[in-house]
Amino acid sequence: MNSLRKLDAKAIIISLIGFAILQGLLTADILDNFWELNMILICINIILAVSLNLINGYTGQLSLGHAGFMAVGAYTGAVLTVNFHTPFLISIIISFVTAAILGAMIGLPTIRLSGDYLAIATLGLGEIIRIVIMNVNYVGGAAGFMGIPKYTTFAWAFFVMLFVVFFIKNYVNSSFGRACIAIRENEIAAETMGVNTTKYKVLAFMVGAGFAGVAGCLFGHTFYIVHPSSFTFLASFNYVIMIVMGGLGSITGSIAGAFILTTVSALLSAWPELRMIIYAVILILLMFYRPQGLFGNIELTSLPIFKRFKGGK
Amino acid sequence: MSILLEAKEVSKMFGGLKAVSNFDMTINKGELIGLIGPNGAGKTTAFNLFTGVYQPTTGVINFAGKSLKGMKPSQITQRGIARTFQNIRLFSELSVLDNVKIAYHTHLKYNLAEAVLRVGRYMKEEKRIEEAGRELLKIFKLEDKADEIAKNLPYGAQRRLEIARALATRPQLLLLDEPAAGMNPQETNELMDMIRWIRKEFALSILLIEHDMSLVMGICERIYVLEYGSIIAHGLPEEIKKNPEVIRAYLGGEA
Ligand SMILES: Nc1ncnc2c1ncn2[C@@H]1O[C@H](COP(=O)(O)OP(=O)(O)O)[C@@H](O)[C@H]1O
Ligand SMILES: [Mg+2]
Repeated sequence: MNSLRKLDAKAIIISLIGFAILQGLLTADILDNFWELNMILICINIILAVSLNLINGYTGQLSLGHAGFMAVGAYTGAVLTVNFHTPFLISIIISFVTAAILGAMIGLPTIRLSGDYLAIATLGLGEIIRIVIMNVNYVGGAAGFMGIPKYTTFAWAFFVMLFVVFFIKNYVNSSFGRACIAIRENEIAAETMGVNTTKYKVLAFMVGAGFAGVAGCLFGHTFYIVHPSSFTFLASFNYVIMIVMGGLGSITGSIAGAFILTTVSALLSAWPELRMIIYAVILILLMFYRPQGLFGNIELTSLPIFKRFKGGK
Repeated sequence: MSILLEAKEVSKMFGGLKAVSNFDMTINKGELIGLIGPNGAGKTTAFNLFTGVYQPTTGVINFAGKSLKGMKPSQITQRGIARTFQNIRLFSELSVLDNVKIAYHTHLKYNLAEAVLRVGRYMKEEKRIEEAGRELLKIFKLEDKADEIAKNLPYGAQRRLEIARALATRPQLLLLDEPAAGMNPQETNELMDMIRWIRKEFALSILLIEHDMSLVMGICERIYVLEYGSIIAHGLPEEIKKNPEVIRAYLGGEA
């Protein structure tokens, strides 16, 4: 069991080394602003994918409204920073809280629905959030909210991402996560084993939505502006594609999915039409050759390479 | 003897169909009771009523002195009733050990912060249920299958795993819905021995559904016979065997 913590420590050390290298390349200007921006976006998208995976992959509740929660966080953070001059970390934390509360409010009534019905309800609610924001003048309405300081550096994005990944990883490897997985596998059996299915579904919804809010807050402080058009249902689909591509129920998969799709879209940013075609081709190939996603429900840490690495003290 | 479960005039309607009507049953602490009856008699429905899957249309069910009215299945499990299913409901894509670990859910004492930070009680508690789970699997001869995916187990082993999982919730009353269904005679005999043994070892009451009458006669202390949703007889195995109503409903259907 202590080996669990050792494994965590090793993963953190590797992450820190990775960060130091990347940050070094940024400071030395070997990676330019364009890549800095995309590295930030990769971190943000990893947060979105991993948090969505808790709801869709581990708990098995198909949610299509993740961009809505992201919007709540983006606007909460923007308003706090600009109008109330709160420190960035406080803005991030409050963004989590507001998005989580909204997640619970949406979760409680919709959680009774299952499958397609839940998907449609969350899709609709995500759109409602966006449309409400578009009509509130206090946050800039359809023109968007402008004048947000660019607090989100690569370091912020990276360390918040690292925190979220560890949070979700440990969540799913505890009794909380086992409850989620039990619900996904067989809801009646889960109840019969003493799992209060409503409670754990709503909790997963809250945590997932909260971290989407965190991602939104980081996103809002990346550019000068947040705009409602960033949070359409197409954005929500994008996050679903990431986790399906990586494999539902694998955190490694979500990270890979977010990384690959964000990178592809960055590389092809000059040819937006081509981007959609390549997206489609990737997905079709995936459905043919690996319908369970790149990682299925396997984690990197359970692959043989990592096992060997674990063995060598 | 003290009463553990008491059902009084319980009925359950499905539309126009009375699946269970005026059902009375008492289970005392430590008893091993049989519930028999032809297919469609309402036995599984009775289990679903006891475990909160359905709410009775009329009547009351008390468990350990308290009414179960309005409770969710998870709450009833927490109070001490566990069950297996006639059509197996394992977490079929998960490992055998994980199936059992999930059943310890209500007995784990750590909070979300401890889980996420892996501090405090988390490590100790996880270790404890891992060991308890393996120990339990040993009783059911599943210890060397702990890491196999549940759906890949042979049928008899899946049924045993369901019982192991139910026991992990630490019940006072265990409801077994046709646990021997699909087993061969040797497996069935072993299972019956095991049921007798766990009743003693875990100090449980057990209610056993089985439509093979001879099997139930062998191990149950009292037997209830259900037909078309109504209890047509109950008593000692010897009495049931001689009861003309039972013989007509059960054995002499064609006579
Ligand atoms: N959810 C349900 N909806 C409608 N009818 C049901 C339902 N569950 C059981 N029944 C009916 O109730 C009767 C008793 O079923 P059941 O309790 O499964 O019988 P047994 O377990 O004794 O074979 C059957 O006629 C069955 O069709
Ligand atoms: Mg039945």
